[in-house]
Amino acid sequence: MANHVFLDKIGGSPFQEFIVEVKSYAGELTILVKSQYLFRMLKMLKEQYEFDYLADITAVDHYTDEERFEVSYNIVNLEGKQRLRIACRVEEDNPTVESVVSLWASANWYEREAFDMMGIRFKNHPDLRRIYMPEDFEYFPLRKEFPLLGIPGSIELPDKVERSF
Amino acid sequence: MDNNELKTGQGKIVVTQLDDLINWARLSSLWPMGFGLACCAIEMMATNASGYDLDRMGVFPRPSPRQSDVMIVSGTVTFKMADRIRRLYEQMAEPRYVISMGSCSNCGGPYWEHGYHVVKGVDKIIPVDIYIPGCPPRPEALIGGILSLQEKIRTETLFPAKKT
Repeated sequence: MANHVFLDKIGGSPFQEFIVEVKSYAGELTILVKSQYLFRMLKMLKEQYEFDYLADITAVDHYTDEERFEVSYNIVNLEGKQRLRIACRVEEDNPTVESVVSLWASANWYEREAFDMMGIRFKNHPDLRRIYMPEDFEYFPLRKEFPLLGIPGSIELPDKVERSF
Repeated sequence: MDNNELKTGQGKIVVTQLDDLINWARLSSLWPMGFGLACCAIEMMATNASGYDLDRMGVFPRPSPRQSDVMIVSGTVTFKMADRIRRLYEQMAEPRYVISMGSCSNCGGPYWEHGYHVVKGVDKIIPVDIYIPGCPPRPEALIGGILSLQEKIRTETLFPAKKT
């Protein structure tokens, strides 16, 4: 597997202290990183290992776990044809990670999506607003405690236009 | 004028009711507003294109609500879109008609129960004239809906009898 070549490369490097766990499933490599080192890890991967393309940022809700949310970054090295998933756990009380907009500009809207749906806060994001839901919406609809039916009345409907002719 | 021409209707004068004339003009050039919301819009585009050729019925999408007679709500109406749809509807000149195309805009469709983001029917915000069922409706169904709207317009009158 091409990814394992990469793993050998980082063996013994300063990466080691950043990493909590390395998982490999179905040919995909996931590296779980401590949240305080996340930005440095991604910065090094981009600048030294040429992971130049950020394919996606997403968040997972592990409802009952202590560190509830998992923010994951799918990055690609286009030259070396390698894919890598960097994940990081954050707590429910303070779901904050460093923004990576300064590394990949495409992270801007991905981070807004993760904020809108899961309530993950991205520190130093240039414009952290909701992207899908109305701006005055108060909930994070993809969190597990959000009811499937939605919350009636949480989004105001405009008055109906009456037929005038 | 030749008396004969008057009798055969081939002459320069046509006698008709104003209602019939206006209704005929309106129903023969139903210009929809060119906007789509979801997968129903793909069917609407297919209906407008050469295969089904809606232009043969005088239906021809316009880029502005101010030039449009009918709004085809083709797809899922989200809460965020509801304000925009209402505003677009208000920008249309009267008489204006609305075709609700597909299950989503009829009643919420697959999101009618589970879905925090979907308006359960576009008729909660604007008055709808024709509902077309389907998910999405085939082009034949959309054409059927437009023909039904034409029949509806044919029965209109400029001076309706006062309700008692």
